[in-house]
Amino acid sequence: MEATHQEFKHCDMLSVKGRVDSSTAPQFTRALEAMLDKGRYKIVVDMSELDYVSSAGFRALLAAQRTCKRYNRGEVVLSGVAPRIREALELAGFNELFKTFDDSIAAVGHF
Amino acid sequence: MIKFPAKFEFLDEIREFVGGIAEAGGFSPKDIYSIQLAADEAASNIIEHAYAGIPDGEVEIACGLRDDALVITMHDHGIPFDPSKVKEPNLTADLSERQIGGLGIYLMRKLMDEVVYEQGREAGNLLTLVKRRG
Repeated sequence: MEATHQEFKHCDMLSVKGRVDSSTAPQFTRALEAMLDKGRYKIVVDMSELDYVSSAGFRALLAAQRTCKRYNRGEVVLSGVAPRIREALELAGFNELFKTFDDSIAAVGHF
Repeated sequence: MIKFPAKFEFLDEIREFVGGIAEAGGFSPKDIYSIQLAADEAASNIIEHAYAGIPDGEVEIACGLRDDALVITMHDHGIPFDPSKVKEPNLTADLSERQIGGLGIYLMRKLMDEVVYEQGREAGNLLTLVKRRG
């Protein structure tokens, strides 16, 4: 897994590439926490180059969403979610917890 | 049958192992993804729970085609696992109430046609996952 962070005026974007499983989820969590530690709570997680996510990745997203939505200070949204990943997110009932956008431009524009 | 070290770093290899057999068996890319995800969740649970605090554990994984189905078995010698003690995740709870525990087993049951846990066979846990074609 590779995670690249970009800071925009109204939000931050984390572009995730490769695979997130129990082995790489801690790295994903650290990348998310690095943004939260800087007080950045409006976050786009771009998944357009992500091939695979297990429930370990869902857990990392959930923790970040909880922190961001506290005091209504922000939220985590997802962009470029591949169909297979979307299906797994839906099975887990996560589609109700995260707004999703077709691409990162639309997701950044949301904030 | 292949023995994998019970470490998260081997999840990639476990997914490749079952994915390769599913592909050879003519499963669709969607089903292959489901099979890989289910195998990952199963192995992750074994590593995290059955071998919690136990170093150098191993998971014996067999994967084969039987008639129109793919059958995966995972055998470990860790702490006995009783799936009935795992609470079903509440998928409609709001954000603050949402628990992630039990999600792996829930996903496995949704993604596969059969998920069977047996305890005590040759001492250890035996998990069988079945996915039928089509």
